[in-house]
Formats: sequence, structure tokens, C-alpha cells
Amino acid sequence: MEKITCNFVVNGQAEEISIPPNRTLLHMLREDLMFHGVREGCSHGECGSCNVILDGKLVNACLILAVEADGMEILTVEGMVDGDNLHPIQQAFVDESGMQCGACTTGMILSTKNLLDANPDPSREEIKDALAGNFCRCTGYAKIFESVEAAAESMKGTQS
Amino acid sequence: MSDQPAKIGDNWPNLIGKRLPRVDAVEKVNGDAKYAGDFNLTGQLWMKILRSPYPHAKIISIDASKALEMPGVKAVVTAEDFNGWSWGWGPTTRDETPLADEKVRYFAEAVAAVAAEDEETAEEACALINVVYEELPGIFDAEEAMRDGAPQVHDYVDNNISWDFHMDYGDVEEGFAEADFVREDRFETGRTLTGFLEPPAAVAQIDSSGITIYAAKQSPYFIYRQLASCFKLPLSKVRVIQPYVGGGFGGTKNDSTAGDFCAVMLAKKTKRPVKFVYNMEEVLTTCRRRHNMIVDCKMGMKKDGSITAVQTKVIADGGAFTAIGPLTMYLTGIMTTLPYKLDHYKHDAYRVFTNHPVSAAMRGHGVTHTRFAAEIQMEKMADELGIDPVEVRMKNAIEAPHETINGITVDTCGLKEGLEIVSSSSAWKDKDQNKKDGPVVRGIGISGTSHLGGARQRGHQSCAAIVRLCEDGTVNYLTGASDAGQGSDTVLVQLVAEELGLTMEDVTIQRVDTAVTPVDNGSYGSRVTILAGQAAQKAAQEVKRQLAEAAANIWEVDAGKILFNDRTVFVDGDPDKSMSFKKLTQIACYSETGAVIMGKGFSEYGLEKMDFEKGYGNPGVNYSFTSQLSAVDVDIETGMVKVKDFLIAHDCGRPLHPVNVEAQTQGAASQGLGQALYEDFKMREGRTMNSTMVNYMMPLSTEHPDFELHDIITDDPHGPFGAKEASEGSIISTPPSIVSAIHDATGIWFTKLPVTPEKIVLALKEKKENS
Ligand code: FES
Ligand code: FES
Repeated sequence: MEKITCNFVVNGQAEEISIPPNRTLLHMLREDLMFHGVREGCSHGECGSCNVILDGKLVNACLILAVEADGMEILTVEGMVDGDNLHPIQQAFVDESGMQCGACTTGMILSTKNLLDANPDPSREEIKDALAGNFCRCTGYAKIFESVEAAAESMKGTQS
Repeated sequence: MSDQPAKIGDNWPNLIGKRLPRVDAVEKVNGDAKYAGDFNLTGQLWMKILRSPYPHAKIISIDASKALEMPGVKAVVTAEDFNGWSWGWGPTTRDETPLADEKVRYFAEAVAAVAAEDEETAEEACALINVVYEELPGIFDAEEAMRDGAPQVHDYVDNNISWDFHMDYGDVEEGFAEADFVREDRFETGRTLTGFLEPPAAVAQIDSSGITIYAAKQSPYFIYRQLASCFKLPLSKVRVIQPYVGGGFGGTKNDSTAGDFCAVMLAKKTKRPVKFVYNMEEVLTTCRRRHNMIVDCKMGMKKDGSITAVQTKVIADGGAFTAIGPLTMYLTGIMTTLPYKLDHYKHDAYRVFTNHPVSAAMRGHGVTHTRFAAEIQMEKMADELGIDPVEVRMKNAIEAPHETINGITVDTCGLKEGLEIVSSSSAWKDKDQNKKDGPVVRGIGISGTSHLGGARQRGHQSCAAIVRLCEDGTVNYLTGASDAGQGSDTVLVQLVAEELGLTMEDVTIQRVDTAVTPVDNGSYGSRVTILAGQAAQKAAQEVKRQLAEAAANIWEVDAGKILFNDRTVFVDGDPDKSMSFKKLTQIACYSETGAVIMGKGFSEYGLEKMDFEKGYGNPGVNYSFTSQLSAVDVDIETGMVKVKDFLIAHDCGRPLHPVNVEAQTQGAASQGLGQALYEDFKMREGRTMNSTMVNYMMPLSTEHPDFELHDIITDDPHGPFGAKEASEGSIISTPPSIVSAIHDATGIWFTKLPVTPEKIVLALKEKKENS
């Protein structure tokens, strides 16, 4: 298959890469650029474990072709870390044990970022709604909700 | 408890019982955590599996020549490559082959596998393999499968009976004769998906040094033994490396998959590493699922609510192979004698082969089915006798110490305390005032259940640990136990650090690498904290003993007087004699004996004999008790049920890591919610009709109530620091409490899980017509 050369900015870093047109953004990030924090669960847009932020919007990377994202900026969970410091949302998930197996966690964190960017002080119901596209089998979600609330609290008055 | 040091500083325990972060938390939030699918080996090929388009068919021929001609395709394997090798639970039930041999027995069973330069090529090549089948009549109903003349799934048994298990204790006829009231009901539990989010994946290589495989397993030592057997290698040449595991919950990740065997065989053929990742459709159509069971339950009760006898008969749809099914059957019976007093019990369980995907273990293994039946039947009978749901449970609840009629010994039991907690809640006390008018009706239900911890049904089930002291005073802890997400790594590190008076950061856990770590049966039956925990404690104590000897030499005191706390070592009662743990380590390693300090230990809990065939004796080390209240809103027009509250009082002995205990209880209740209300594979002629996460529904964030959790501390003598299980209790207590709540709301007893909106609407309609 003819490859297409595309340009992305992934976590602030410019990348030029030739990819087949049928390659998903998910596989490009995981297999070509080795961002394994982007996880593959259902591959059909149902579980949210492949969530990344594409030009400021939360997307399921399994549903998007890499070539469609040509010229765009991508944020993965790896890009939220600042040197040795975790992003406050990541820190809140650590502090509140908002994970068990971790398969859903990175997607949850990006989904949380997307929520808090728009609504820095969400109610429990708003959190539940915002995370409705992120499936978790392990936690019963309770500690995830608490993590989101703790993140909102710690980010009060700061820019995410 | 003898395992605990006799005397220690005031702030002991330092770590046990504290709300500490998980040891894997940072890696799981920053993207560093590597799962099986994240590993790539130089020169690796990709594998795809060709699966059967029929649920039952003879394989006449397989022609892979076209696939092999395709550019990029390196090799194809079929059953022939495995030379008739098969695996399974025991010597008489090794009925499963890596690839279908001679015939396929379920839809999407693996038939051949291709290794190619990339995944797409492997997939395209699968489509070029020409398999000629001769379709056979299928059998898709367990009861029909038992009848004479039904199509036979396997030739080695009659009437498709995969396994049967029987218990007969006391005299049920006498028990029923003593009763004032006897009921017989039929219950049914659904076919549920374990539901892990990380699909099975592995990358494997094999050469003259042996096999190395990175695989997503919650019991890596199962595949270790199976690969050694399949490839005729000594165990010492099979290296299974355990990455992070994205959820397990029993079944598939306890066992090997077709993919594992095929990847190694293809690596052998091509002399290159081979990788595969199942997709979610393969998970939903081929992975091991919970048995669908019919439970016929007969119970005798006196007017005062006391139970006189129980008789159960289970017919379980086992699917196409035995897998771990015999253990499932055992568990459906063995645990029915808990947590209510019972003098007479008879049980007959039949696991039946059908042309369905394989049924196996899932969280709450075996127990959840029969407990659901007995729990609902007990409440139904109490209801008819005008006895309150709490009262009937209190009347029958056991108290510790207790020995069941089949020899299960319970030394601690927080059931009555739990029932008191849930029934003294305002949700329970005010339930009649809180009944709402209108189409949405509030219902409150309760349950009281039990589960085993430290599962130990057969030999080879000990856990071991090695604690290796580094010269800078930090510690490597090697374990064969696997954390599939439940948090056991954290608890085990906590136990090692606690024993040595260190911090969590001082101890690094080395996850399973079968070339290095001690053998362990893996994560199932809530065994890790109890058994691997005891092993970890003992290994750490062994290190401590060696260090204490060195310190005793230095200070010329008795080694028994040396204490370890807060990274410091000191002489009891003589605070001047103290030094840092690090300094003592260096002295001990360099100038004393010069010994390399290592400790090892293995678990000894639960070693007493039990009878697997008769269901006598302890199936586990100790027993947890869970009492639960569920509040639901039922929309009587649409049948929609929304769970509003979960109040769970759980006796896990003592929570070693309270956050993990809460998290396990919440997660298991969530799965129980799915099991009660929506989860069920829809089967049509052997095909799984809901084979995606859209139409196989599992609970999402919006469907969860808030949890109120209570710990009941009972300090069991048979667990590290008093611990019992904390990961399965609430998957057993949740479905009956929800069904009881739906009854409270609608006046209808549902006996078939899941209780879907359609069932509710139909039953309400029927009720109206009959009234
Ligand atoms: S993998 Fe993309 S939504 Fe599930
Ligand atoms: S933590 Fe395992 S799926 Fe969410």
C-alpha cells in the first residue's frame, strides 16, 4: 500500500512519518511512535481506553485514521508529565488509587482532562456523564470519581 | 499470632492497615506500565488465527498452500503440528487441543494460525486457507444434551456429561420431614463475560535455550506447565515473563489460549519471535465465560424460619471442553453449607458439554450460582411465612467457631454483625415510608453471603517468596504471585516492609519470571494475600533473623532482643544500642560473616487434608462474610432498574490495605450489578449474537450508585495479620440483594438472571392479568 507522509505534533514534539492510509491513529501512536500509554481495548470506539486529545478535542484514537490527523496536535498521557512531575490529574489518580489493572486508566485521565478543561468544578453527576464513554471493569468507578474530584480540588485556581 | 514479632515499638504496625498509595500507581498513570501487547522483540512476526464458521463440524481437509504463497507470510500451523497433544484439568479430562483436531466443537474455535510480517498480511492470509468442513448437528441446550440420542460433543463420555459431582450429608429426607414448609424452585444464572479490558496477548520465542514468552496471565505458572508439556521441554527451559496484566477475573487469563500455543509453534517453525493480540470480538466469542447454570433448589423451613434441609441440583452448560469445570462443580456444592446453619444437605451437579464456547472460572467461581438460589429461596419462604428478611437470616446465620456438616471450619464470622449494620441503616428502617408513588418504585433488598479465601483444593498450591537484601539496605522481593489489577503487589510489598521495619519505597517487587521467581499457582480463589502473603512474611522474617544475629554479635545481646522499626535496628529496652537498617546491612554483609543475605519462605496455611470427590473439608484457608443492602428504583412502565445505593458490610478479617479492600468490594459489586441486571451472552445456534461491547452491556459510570462500606474486623487466626479474602465477597452478595430489592419494589420474585427490563415488564403484565 502506498504510504503517505504526515506531520504531527505529539506531546509537543514534531514528528514526520510515512504511514499507510488505512492505519488508525491508535496503531500509529502505539506501533510506530511507541506511545504505549495509548491503549487498545475494544478497537470500536466503545471503551475509551485509546483516548487522546487531538487539537484540543477528546477522541477515540481507534476510530480515526492517522492520515486524518495530519497536521494536528496530539496529546497522550505521556505528554501530561512535566519532567519528573505528574500532572495534577495523574497525581490525584495516584493519591486516590483511581485504578486497579490500569487498562482504562490512561483513557480515564485524558477524559478527566477534557472534562476539567471545560468544567473545573464538576458535580458527581457531571463526572459520571463525562466518563460514560470510558469503560472500567475493575473499580466500580467509585475511586475514579474520587480521583476526578481530588484533581479538580487540587487544580483550583491553576491552569491545567 | 506466632508469625508476629512478640514486641515492637509503639507505632507497630507501621504499614498494615494504612491508606498507602499502590506500588504500581505512578507507572499506571504516566503510561510507563507495560502490558503484554506493549512488548516487541526484534524480528518479530505477527500472528492471526483462522476460526471456525460452524459450531460443530468435521474437518475434512485444510489446504494452506495459497496462504503460504502470499508475500510476507512465513508459516501456517494446524492441528497436525501439535501431534495430538491436548490439555485440560486432570488426566481424564485433557480434551482440548491448541487447534481443532478432526472436528470443531464451537463457533470460532481456532483452526489454523498464520505468521506474517505484519498483522494485516496475517489476517488476509487466514482468509486464503481452504478448510473443507462437514457440518454436524449441534447441541446448544444443556438439559437436551444429557438426553439419549443427543449429538455427542466428545466420544469419551456418555450423554455429554463432562463432569459430575455429588454431596450427601445428613439425611435430607429426614430434614424435609421435620420442616413445616418445603419449597422447590428453579433458578438460572446467566452466561457472563469476565470482562477484562486488556485482550489476551503474547510475544513468544523459542530456540535451543528454550521458550521465552511475555504473556498476559493472572496465573503464569499454568501456561508454564502447559508449554513444557506441549513442547516436551523441561520446566527449567520455559520462561514465562509476566508484564502488567489488564484485568483477569478468572477463566481465560488463568489458562492458556490457542494463541499462546500457536505463537510458540510458529516461532519454532520460523525461528523468529511471534506476537499476537486478540481483538475484542475474539474475546467475546471465544474466551472462557461464566457457566450458565440451572439450579433446582429445594428447601425445608420450620414456622420459626429455621432451615431444616437443602437439596440442590445443578445443570451447567460447560461448552465444548472441560477446562477447569470440575472445580466449578465442586464449588457449587461445597460452599452451600455456608453461611447458614444446615444439618442436611444433598447436592448433585452435572457439567454438560454443548457446542458453546467453553465455560470456566469467574470471580465468585461456582459459589455465586447456588448461593443466589438458596438466598432467594430462603427469603421467598420467609416472605410466605411472614418472617422478615433480616430475621430469617439472623435465625439461621452461623456463629464462629463453627463446623459445617461437610467439615468446613470457620473460626471467625462477622455475618450477624454485618446484618445488624445493614438492617440498622435508615435505608432499611425507613424502607416502607420511602416507597415512592408513580411509575418509579423504590425497593430495598438485602443479602448475607460467604466466600472462601486462600483456595487450596489440590496439591502444588503453596506460594513461596524470596527476599533478597541489597547491600544498601533496600530489598528485592521475588514472588510467583500475579497482580492482575487487584492490588496484591501493594499488599505483599507492605507485608515485607512491615516485617523488616522498612518503608514501601525500600522494597521492590519482582513480578513473575518463571526463570527466577518461585513457583506459584497464580491469582484465583482469593488466595494471594493469604498464601503469598504468608510466604512473603516468612521470607522477610528469615532475613530479619540473619540481620538480628549480626546485630546481636555486635552488641553482645540475645538475638531475640533485636527489634526492627522505622528503618532502624535497636536493642529492646536499651535505646542507646541502635543503628540504621542500612548500616547494619553493610556490617552484616561486609564485616560479619560476609554472608549474602536472602530469606525464603512458603505458605503453610490450609495444609490439612480434604476430600475433593466428596466435598468434605476446607476448600480454603478461611471464610469472609458479606452483608449487603441494595436500593433500586424500578420503572414499572419500562422495566428499567437503576441501582441507587449499595451498603456493604464485609468481614475480611482485617483489611491490610483498606483502600484496596474498598476497591475490591466496589469492583466486585459492580460486576455483580452487571450479572444481576444485564450481562448475558445471547446465543443463537452456537453463535454469540452480542459479540461487541456495545451489545454485550457491562456497567458504565452512569449506572453506578454511591457505595457505603463497612469493615467488620474479626482477626482470623489463619491469615497474615488476621486477613481473609476481600475480592470476591460482594460479587456473591450483590445479585441476591438486587433481586430482593426488585421484589420489594414489584412484589415479584425473579429467579432467572439477569433481570432485564423485558422480563420485568412481562412479569408485571402477567401479574396484572392474574390479579
Ligand atoms: S479501543 Fe478505542 S474506544 Fe476502545
Ligand atoms: S482499572 Fe481495570 S479496567 Fe479500569
